[in-house]
Amino acid sequence: MPKTHVTMKVNGSEVERLAEPRTLLVHFLREQAQLTGTHIGCETSHCGACTIDIDGMSVKSCTMLAVQANGSEITTIEGMANVDGSLSALQEGFRMMHGLQCGFCTPGMIVRAHRLLQENPSPTETEIRAGISGNICRCTGYQNIVKAIQYAAAKINGVDYKEAAE
Amino acid sequence: MNDLTPTREQREAALEGMGCKRKRVEDIRFTQGRGNYVDDVKLPGMLHGDFVRSPHAHARVKSIDSTEALKVPGVLAVITAETLKTVNLAWMPTLAGDVQMVLADGKVLFQNQEVAFVVATDRYAADDGVNKVVVEYEALPVLVDPFKAMDPDAPVLREDLAGKTSGAHGPRKHHNHIFEWAIGDKDLTDAAFAKAEVTIKEMISYHRTHPSPLETCQCVCSFDKIKGELTIWGTFQAPHVIRTVVSLIAKIPEQKIHVIAPDIGGGFGNKVGAYPGYICAAVASIVTGKPVKWVEDRIENLTATSFARDYHMTTELAATKEGKVTGLRVHVLADHGAFDACADPSKWPAGFFNIVTGSYDFPVAHCVVDGIYTNKAPGGVAYRCSFRVTEAAYCIERAMDILAQKLGMDPAELRLKNFVRPEQFPYHSALGWEYDSGDYHTAMRKMMEAVDYAGLRKEQADKRAAFKRGETRDIMGIGVSFFTEIVGAGPSKNCDILGIAMFDSCEIRLHPTGSGIARVGTKSQGQGHETTWAQIIATEIGIPADNIMVEEGNTDTAPYGLGTYGSRSTPVAGAAIAMAARKIKAKAQMIAAYKLEVHEDDLEWDIDGFRVKGLPEKVMSMKDICWAAYNSVPPGMEPGLEAVSYYDPPNMTYPFGAYLCVMEIDVDTGVYKIRRFYALDDCGTRINPMIIEGQIHGGLTEAFAIAMGQEIRYDSEGNVVTGSFMDFFMPTAVETPHWETDFTVTPSPHHPIGAKGVGESPNVGGVPAFSNAVNDAFSFLGSTHIQMPHDFWRNWQAAKSLGVLG
Ligand code: FES
Ligand code: FES
Repeated sequence: MPKTHVTMKVNGSEVERLAEPRTLLVHFLREQAQLTGTHIGCETSHCGACTIDIDGMSVKSCTMLAVQANGSEITTIEGMANVDGSLSALQEGFRMMHGLQCGFCTPGMIVRAHRLLQENPSPTETEIRAGISGNICRCTGYQNIVKAIQYAAAKINGVDYKEAAE
Repeated sequence: MNDLTPTREQREAALEGMGCKRKRVEDIRFTQGRGNYVDDVKLPGMLHGDFVRSPHAHARVKSIDSTEALKVPGVLAVITAETLKTVNLAWMPTLAGDVQMVLADGKVLFQNQEVAFVVATDRYAADDGVNKVVVEYEALPVLVDPFKAMDPDAPVLREDLAGKTSGAHGPRKHHNHIFEWAIGDKDLTDAAFAKAEVTIKEMISYHRTHPSPLETCQCVCSFDKIKGELTIWGTFQAPHVIRTVVSLIAKIPEQKIHVIAPDIGGGFGNKVGAYPGYICAAVASIVTGKPVKWVEDRIENLTATSFARDYHMTTELAATKEGKVTGLRVHVLADHGAFDACADPSKWPAGFFNIVTGSYDFPVAHCVVDGIYTNKAPGGVAYRCSFRVTEAAYCIERAMDILAQKLGMDPAELRLKNFVRPEQFPYHSALGWEYDSGDYHTAMRKMMEAVDYAGLRKEQADKRAAFKRGETRDIMGIGVSFFTEIVGAGPSKNCDILGIAMFDSCEIRLHPTGSGIARVGTKSQGQGHETTWAQIIATEIGIPADNIMVEEGNTDTAPYGLGTYGSRSTPVAGAAIAMAARKIKAKAQMIAAYKLEVHEDDLEWDIDGFRVKGLPEKVMSMKDICWAAYNSVPPGMEPGLEAVSYYDPPNMTYPFGAYLCVMEIDVDTGVYKIRRFYALDDCGTRINPMIIEGQIHGGLTEAFAIAMGQEIRYDSEGNVVTGSFMDFFMPTAVETPHWETDFTVTPSPHHPIGAKGVGESPNVGGVPAFSNAVNDAFSFLGSTHIQMPHDFWRNWQAAKSLGVLG
């Protein structure tokens, strides 16, 4: 199949490759751009393991073609750490609150939570649960993921994290 | 000593040993997308394989034509059963003593069965090839109902077994019958029923479901023709066993097979079995001389890799009027699908289902399990449960509620009345197990107090009265469940897999500067072994957990172990780790005695080193002992500080717990609301409370899914109608309830550190708590048992059949 020229900015760097028009964005990122942090759990938009950030929106990269992302700006899990390489508030929150087990859903979950906090810097538990409902986790039962996001929100807002009364 | 000398507490805290909520070391890489899962493995020249699968559930394969497929750019080979026959691999042995087709050999027996394997330069080309393979089928009558499978005129599914009147587990009664397994005393049990004051009988079904970890099953096989060596990266819960199986069936010497299980994205039992994808990728690599990757997609995972449950249990209890149970009788029809590929230890065709007497002191019991072939996917796995324990716990916990209802007793009271009493441990059950330790009454009472059980029942009585007066359309259910699990498979006297005894192993090597590496025979799929195994070692030998690196999953470096499933890692490998550490400590003590110039017996252990008794200043830290082990050991002693332990446990371990679910159901819509879920677990000694709690949350969420909606369903033609996450219920953060956890600690008396294993308990105990809540809600309307899963529609149906809809 003839290939098309695709270029996009991923985590701040230009990525320029030839791809078949039918290539899924997630495959393009994982195979061509060699960024394997974005995972594949279903390839049908149901699980969220492949969630990335495109031009300020959370997108499931398994149901978008690479060519559709031509010219866009993308952030994947590999672009989520602080500039100095240390763990971002969200990454730290997931570790501190035990928001992951096998870690397979985690990249998608963190990228999604990142966008959620951009849109709503102090979400309630209900808002967090609704905000991550496109991302399935089979290991954690979500409770600690919610706490991880609350922890990050508190840290970003410069307040002390207090476990919400249960 | 001065002000800078750390206190005892500080020294202990610095170790981050057992009991500490140590943060996970794994998370540093996982939160940055730096995990290394199988699909991340990329090798030069790597090819990709994809399956042609059967659209039919039962059909004769008349021909397979690959001509057009081979013309597709990028396609290099199409492998069929005929290809596999040339290397004697058309069929493979299953873990349960049956054989299974790798690729369709003459006919197909379930929908999406593997028919041909297309190998191409990339996954898109492989998929193009799959679409071009032409297979001609002749449809045959389909059998999906296990109850009809035993009819004399039921279609014959397994023609390869024609005329065979006995199988791996004894006589076969019928052409679709796999085995009959009977346990307990039939005569005594029948006698107990003959003179019983009260009896109940109910068909309790546990539907077919699926573990579906977020990462599907996958592998990369790479055969090096020059060396004759095969390397396999795979999502394996038991890498060593895979190596042995591959060696036995592919006839490659075991030392020339390297099995590597890198990071795994959840397993839950799904990744125990051996699947055709592994065999085909290996053969393809041998044939093409290139590495071959096989990655299953979600539909393939749900429809063709190992299912769970599918037990239909006719259950009877005999009791006195006062509620003392005098006998239990269970007959199970077990739907195993097209091949008996259940992941059970060899001697147990129905796993540990014989823990079906649960937490109760029943004088007699008798249980019969019939295994049946149908046109469904094979491979019953222990989905977050050790080998059919979940089915057993569900069976007895529903039965106890049904009995309570018949007796007009409170279900918690009935349980308290029948529990094994603390002084009866070690307890011998009527079906042959020896329970190590337990204190059920304390756990149950703690739970009842924590939730104000009496208050809840009072509220329920008021609500029922209001419902009857027509003031509300909501009904309230209180689901009580108490479970005893049997984990830690297992003692070699009880358990083996394909003849390999189920021990586990650990090798610890300490380095001169006071750090070390521990290699263990298990394989974490999210359980956090890299964190917790180091905690055991920290407490045992006084080296900070941060200084111990844990490595698993590489058969070249790890000692032979039986892997991670059935909550066996802590009970078996956890013991091996403690025993290896103790061997090191014994040698360390000799070195310390030599260096401190005292007799060994004059030394005592003190958190992170040895101290001369009565002389608190004369100490030698473990760190210093490590250095000494490499430069000044006692004359005649070998230098170095390392040890290996292969631990064969004397018994299984028996964690237990008391769960409670409060639910409200709107009878007009069937919509339920989980108001409260409380889970008290006793898993003996707790290594990392944070990780334990996390596992309980996860297990409860899986239990919630199974009880409240998740099911693998087939239509009458054998089509899977729940083949994607669109139709197969996967709870998100929105549906998932809030979990309250609690605990008691009753250590295992035979385990070196008293730990019992916990990961599966919440699934085992959770499912009956949810189901009992639903059933309890409807019970005052005259219903005794409603089958799972209890989704909105089924609740509405139940309300309708009970005549309470307008
Ligand atoms: S892989 Fe994209 S949503 Fe599941
Ligand atoms: S941590 Fe395993 S899927 Fe979320």
